[in-house]
Amino acid sequence: MLIAGALLSLPLLALFAVLAGGRHSGHSITYAGCFVAAIALLAGGLTYLGGHDASPRLVLPLGLPWLKAHFRIDNLSALFMLMINLGAAAASAFAVGYSRHLPQRRRVTPFYPLFLLAMNLVLMADDAFTFLVSWEFMSLASWLMVVSDHTEEENRRAGNVYLIMAAFGTFCLLPAFGLMAGPGGDFTFDAMRIKDLGLMGGFLVALLAILGAGSKAGLVPLHAWLPLAHPAAPSHVSALMSGVMTKVALYGMIRILLDLHGTLSWHWGAGLMLVGGITAVMGVLYAVLQDDLKTLLAYSTVENIGVAVIGLGLAIAFKGDGQTELAALALVASLYHMANHSVFKTLLFLGAGAVISATGHRSLTVLGGLLKRMPWTGTTFLVGAAAISALPPLNGFVSEWLILQSLFKGPAMPHWAMKFGVPVVAAFLALAAALAATCFVRAYGIAFLGRPRSTDAAQATEVSFGMRLSMVVLAVLCVVLGVIPVTVTDALSHAVQPLTGTQFAVSADLGWPWLSPVSATRGAYSGTILVMFGLALFAITIFAVHRLGTQAIRRADPWDCGHPEDIPQTQYTSQSFAQPLRRAFGHTIFKARETVVMPEPGDDAPATHKVTMFDPIWSGLYAPLGRVIGWIADHVNRLQYLTVRGYLLMMFLTLVFMLLVVAVRQQL
Amino acid sequence: MNAMLWQILQIILVVALAPLVTGYVRWVKARLNGRRGPVPIQPYRDLYRLLQKEAIVAHSASWIFRAAPYVTFASVWLAACIVPTFTTNMVLAPAADLIALVALLAVGRFWTALAGMDVGTAFGGLGASREMLIASLAEPAMLMVTFSLSLISGTTAPAQIVSFVLAGNVGVEVSLGLALAALVMVAIAENGRIPIDNPATHLELTMVHEAMVLEYSGRHLAMIEAAGMVRLTLFIALIATLFAPWGIAQPGAGALGVLVGMGAFLAKTFLLASTLAVFETSIAKMRVFRYADFLGGALLLGLLATIFLYVSEAV
Repeated sequence: MLIAGALLSLPLLALFAVLAGGRHSGHSITYAGCFVAAIALLAGGLTYLGGHDASPRLVLPLGLPWLKAHFRIDNLSALFMLMINLGAAAASAFAVGYSRHLPQRRRVTPFYPLFLLAMNLVLMADDAFTFLVSWEFMSLASWLMVVSDHTEEENRRAGNVYLIMAAFGTFCLLPAFGLMAGPGGDFTFDAMRIKDLGLMGGFLVALLAILGAGSKAGLVPLHAWLPLAHPAAPSHVSALMSGVMTKVALYGMIRILLDLHGTLSWHWGAGLMLVGGITAVMGVLYAVLQDDLKTLLAYSTVENIGVAVIGLGLAIAFKGDGQTELAALALVASLYHMANHSVFKTLLFLGAGAVISATGHRSLTVLGGLLKRMPWTGTTFLVGAAAISALPPLNGFVSEWLILQSLFKGPAMPHWAMKFGVPVVAAFLALAAALAATCFVRAYGIAFLGRPRSTDAAQATEVSFGMRLSMVVLAVLCVVLGVIPVTVTDALSHAVQPLTGTQFAVSADLGWPWLSPVSATRGAYSGTILVMFGLALFAITIFAVHRLGTQAIRRADPWDCGHPEDIPQTQYTSQSFAQPLRRAFGHTIFKARETVVMPEPGDDAPATHKVTMFDPIWSGLYAPLGRVIGWIADHVNRLQYLTVRGYLLMMFLTLVFMLLVVAVRQQL
Repeated sequence: MNAMLWQILQIILVVALAPLVTGYVRWVKARLNGRRGPVPIQPYRDLYRLLQKEAIVAHSASWIFRAAPYVTFASVWLAACIVPTFTTNMVLAPAADLIALVALLAVGRFWTALAGMDVGTAFGGLGASREMLIASLAEPAMLMVTFSLSLISGTTAPAQIVSFVLAGNVGVEVSLGLALAALVMVAIAENGRIPIDNPATHLELTMVHEAMVLEYSGRHLAMIEAAGMVRLTLFIALIATLFAPWGIAQPGAGALGVLVGMGAFLAKTFLLASTLAVFETSIAKMRVFRYADFLGGALLLGLLATIFLYVSEAV
C-alpha cells in the first residue's frame, strides 16, 4: 500500500512540476515530494527484505490486452529498492536547494520523478514486458535530463551516444527475453525460470544479457557513453545515474544470469570476472587522468562497476562449479560493493554539484582551497573520497576486503583457467584499488586543498542547509556501513539465499562484530574492534604529544624550501600531478606523448607544452564501427532512389527468396 | 586475559623500539661510510627536542594539515600492532589480517599526501604525486604477496600463517622466495629507502617523502618522523614474522616462551636492520621514472609467486 501510494505519487509530481512552470517553489515542492516518495519506497523495501517467504505479487491489466503487467517484490528486489531509494532520497533532498542554481531546471524537474518511478518499476517487474518497458522508460527519462542543457555541443554529443548505446542495450535484452519466453509466449518470470534453454539458447541468452545489461552498467568496452552522459546531466541527476541507475543495470544482470537463466556454466563466470577486472583497471586509469571533476567521477563509476562485476563473475563461476557457499560469499561481496558504491558515489556527485553551484566550475585546474571556504562540503567529500579509495574503517574497504577474500578462494576450483585467471584478476583489483586512492588524493588535493587557482574558487561560499544535510547523512552512512559490516552482510545474505541456494552467514565462527568468511582461522576482519583500537591509539597519541611537548602554534607564510611564490599557479595542477602516472601507465595504453616547443633564441614567444593522448577504445572500436555503419548507410541509401521497375524487381526477388526458405524448411 | 596483556605489551614495544631501530640503521651506515655517526639512541633525543618546539602552520593550511600527523602516526601504529612480533596470542590478531594491514598503511599515506598538498606549494604537490605513483604499484604488489601466502597457508591472518609455518607444513618453495623478494622491494619503496628515495636528502630532484612533509615543524614533524620509524620497524617485523617465524610464542606458551619470542624478535630485527644498512650503502638511488619498472617488477614477482605454486604442484 505504502509502495503503491509512493509510486502513484511520482507521476502526479511530474504533472505538478509541469504545471508549476518556472516558479522556485514549484521545483522545491516537486523535489521534496520525490524525497518523501523515496523514503516511503525505502521503508517498503526494508519491510520486504528478509523474513517474507511469500513475496507480494500484483497483476494489473496494463499494457497489451493479452499480456498483463506482473509485479513482485522478492528479497533481491527489496534489497535493490533499498539501495536505489536511499540514493534517490539523498539526491532529492539535495535538489530542493540545488535546483535553484540550474539554468534549465524546467527541462529537468518534470522528468526526475518519472526517472525514479521507472527505476523502481524495473526492480518490481515480474514479466519481460513490464521489465523492458520500464527499462526503456528509465533510459529515456534520463536521456531527456542529459540533453536538458542542449545548447552545449558536448551535451548534444553525449545525448547522441547515450541514445545509441541505450538502444543497443535494449536491442540485446529484447531477444534475450524472447529466447527465455515460456511455451505459448508466456513472458512471466515464473515461466522463464522453469524453461530449459538448451545449449544454444543458454549461450545466446547469457551473451545477450551481459551485453545488454553490461552496456547500461558501463562494462568496458561498452562504457563509452557513460563518462559522456553522466557528467552532462545536472549534478543531482548525475548522482542518480552514476550511483543508482548503474545498480539497476547490475540488478538486471543478476536477475537474468543467476535467477532466470538457471544453468550457467563456470566459463561465463570466469569470463565475466576477467571483463570486470579489465573494466576496473581501465576505468580508474581513465579517471586518474581526467581534469573535469564530474568526468573523473563517471570514470570512477566504471571502475567500481568492474569491481562489483568481478564479485558477480566469481559467484557465477563458484555456482556453476557447485560450490554454493563460496558463491554466496562472492555474491554478498559484490552486492556489498554495489550498496557502498551507491552511497559514496551519490555523495561524491552531490559534492561535485555543491562545488559547481558555489564556483560555477567543474575543471580541477581552476579550483583549489575549497575546504576552508566550504567546510561541510569539503569534509563530507573527504569521507566519500576515503571510502571510495577503500580505506578502513569506511565501507569501501569492507567490500573490497570481501571480494579479495573470495578471490583468494578462487583457485580452489579444479579448472586451470580459474587457477591462473584468478591471480591475474586479483592483481587487477589490487591495482585498481591503489590507483583509485591516487585518483582521489589528486581530485581532493587539487580541488579542496592548497590555494585557490581562480577568483571564483576564492569567493566560493558554503551551500545551503538542505544540500549540506543530505551530504552529511551519506557520509555518516559511509562510516556506519564500514563499522558494522556483519549487520550488513546478514541483511545481504537474505537476498543471496534464493539465488545460490545456501543460507550463508559471513560471521559464522566468531559472532557479531567479526567478519570471518569460510572459517575463523582463514582471516577475519572486524571494523568495530579496529575502530575502537584506532580511536584509543589516536587519543593516546594526541594526549601524549600535548603532555610531553608544547602546545604552542604559530601561523606563518609557507616555507616552501626557502623560496615561496605568491602566485597560486605555481602549485601542482591536476595535469602535473598526473604526469608521473601518465608516463608510467599512459605511455603504452593511451599512447600519451608530451612535446615541449621551445621558441628560437631571441624570440619572446612563450614555450608551449603539449600532451597528446588517444582513447584506445574509442579510436580502436567505436570510430571504425561508426565508419562501417556510415559506409553501409551511404550505400543502402541508393535503394531510396530506384525506379518503379527497380522496386518491383526487388519485391519479386524477395518473394522468391522467402519461398525458397519455406521450401527448404519443409524439406528438412 | 593474557592475550590483552601481550597486546598491550606489543603496542608499547613497537613504539618504544622504533626510534632505536632507525638510529641503529643510521649508526651502522655511518660506520660503513667511515664516520663515527650519532649514537643509536639519537632519534629519541631528536623526537623529544621536536616536541618542545612550537609548531609553525602556514596561513593557507586547513585542519587536514594539523590532523594528518596524528592520523598518520595512529594508523601506522595500529598497523604495527597487528603484526605478531613475539607471540601470536594477541587480541587484535583476528580483527585484522594482511589485507587490512596494507589498507591501514594506505590510510597513513592518503593523509600524508593530502597534507603535502594542503599548504599549496610546488614541493608538496611534487612529493604527493610521486608518493602516490609509488603506492599505486607497491600496494598491489603487497596484496599479491598476501595472495601467495594465503594460497600456501590457507589464511590471510599473520598469526595463523605463523602457526602454519611453525607446525612444519612448509618446505622451501620457489614461490616463497619470489614473495619474499617482492615484499622486500615493497618495504624499500614504502619506507622511502635507497634506491627509491633517500631519507637523508633534501635535494629537490630526488625527494619524495621529504618533499611532502617540508612544511612540517615542531610536534607535527615529530609525529611524521615517528610514524616513519614505526613503519620501518613494522616492515622489518613483518618480513621476520612471515618468512622467519621461528621463536614466536604460540598460544599456550607461558611467560618463558614469550620471553624467548621477545629475544628472537629483537635478534631478527637488528639482523635485518644491519642488512638494510649494508644494502643501502652499497647501492645508488635510481631515477624517478625508473620507479615504475622497479615496482612493476615487484608486482610481477608477486603474481609469479602465485602462478609458480600451481606449476610446482603440477610438476
